[in-house]
Amino acid sequence: MSAITHHPSDAMLAAYAAGNLPHPFAVVVASHVSLCGQCRATFEAHQAVGGVVLEESHAVPVSPSLRENLFAQLDAPFAPEPVYERSGVYPGPVMEAFKGRAPRWKTLGMGVRQDILSRDVNGSVRLLYIPPGQAVPDHSHGGLELTLVLQGSFSDETGRFGVGDLEIADEALEHTPIADEGEACICLAATDARLRFRALVPRLLQPIFRI
Amino acid sequence: MIAIRDDRDRNAFAALFDHFAPRLKGFIIRSGAPAHQAEEIVQDVMLTIWRKAAMFDPHRAQVSAWIYQIARNRQIDIARKENRPMPEELRQEPGSEPDASQILGLEQEAGQLKQALSRLKPEQREMIEKAYLGELTHMEISAQTGLPLGTIKSRIRLGLQRLRHELKDLDQ
Ligand SMILES: [Zn+2]
Ligand SMILES: [Zn+2]
Repeated sequence: MSAITHHPSDAMLAAYAAGNLPHPFAVVVASHVSLCGQCRATFEAHQAVGGVVLEESHAVPVSPSLRENLFAQLDAPFAPEPVYERSGVYPGPVMEAFKGRAPRWKTLGMGVRQDILSRDVNGSVRLLYIPPGQAVPDHSHGGLELTLVLQGSFSDETGRFGVGDLEIADEALEHTPIADEGEACICLAATDARLRFRALVPRLLQPIFRI
Repeated sequence: MIAIRDDRDRNAFAALFDHFAPRLKGFIIRSGAPAHQAEEIVQDVMLTIWRKAAMFDPHRAQVSAWIYQIARNRQIDIARKENRPMPEELRQEPGSEPDASQILGLEQEAGQLKQALSRLKPEQREMIEKAYLGELTHMEISAQTGLPLGTIKSRIRLGLQRLRHELKDLDQ
């Protein structure tokens, strides 16, 4: 595995540790941290700061019944939450979003496939499968887009992204990611707003019709 | 915490409760929960600590950091009605010897961090608290500089490297 060179910003890891990233981005950042020791260390450092903030919080007395209720429950049986582990190229947080299933690919044309893990008002998170040499259509962004490479690699105007690398794109970036030769590229991509695709045809017609 | 994890020691758990439950309640109220709901969350968090004690690794986290994460998870799960995505756990080698110097080092770094926070101006300190209560977006955090991280980062990273050497299956 080649070294990871593109990481989330420190502020993004802080917001993630504090639980303040929208869900689609949190899935991507959790997946990156699962793959990246450097960001895990930073994430854990942020947790340590959170711990100090908690430790230094103003203490508010709790009612005696709370303690009694709690101790009465210590021996109660409970069902542990399922733990989703990495499966193939998919890290634990992706498997959790899948609830343990395998991807269900839907064809988008030109050999590109996707599987939408979740989509709601906060945005969407999906897996993309891009055959070697194939481009994701040229597009700009209405908001923030995080793309994490899980298999293969892609390149765009800003550089090359291999397994574990995270690309952060915002309104300012218009790019055409192209899967590198070799293995097909599988990415986890989260957006908080619709991407604005520049369809090929309207662009060609633009000078004539001034759309 | 180690007595709770390894011996299921209820007296140790009672002491942990007496220390953290009131702080947790204050922390949760500050992040916007009404008082009655705050107590419910405190109870959930304390029960999770008891049940997940086996996951606690003193080489990598202070007790307060671990509890902070559990508390934020619980608050977010309630607010958004969906599980918050967390990274894969790093598993400890079964029977691996505790590294006292590593644990002590982490404690010292956390102590320095606490001092660094206490020396901040009140406005700066409030910004930090807001960030870790989940009141700031990453854009807002980006605009704030000087989160006091440098002191503990290297130590936690050292601990992580040590663990990674032990966990051969992690980096296939
Ligand atoms: Zn990273
Ligand atoms: Zn894009």
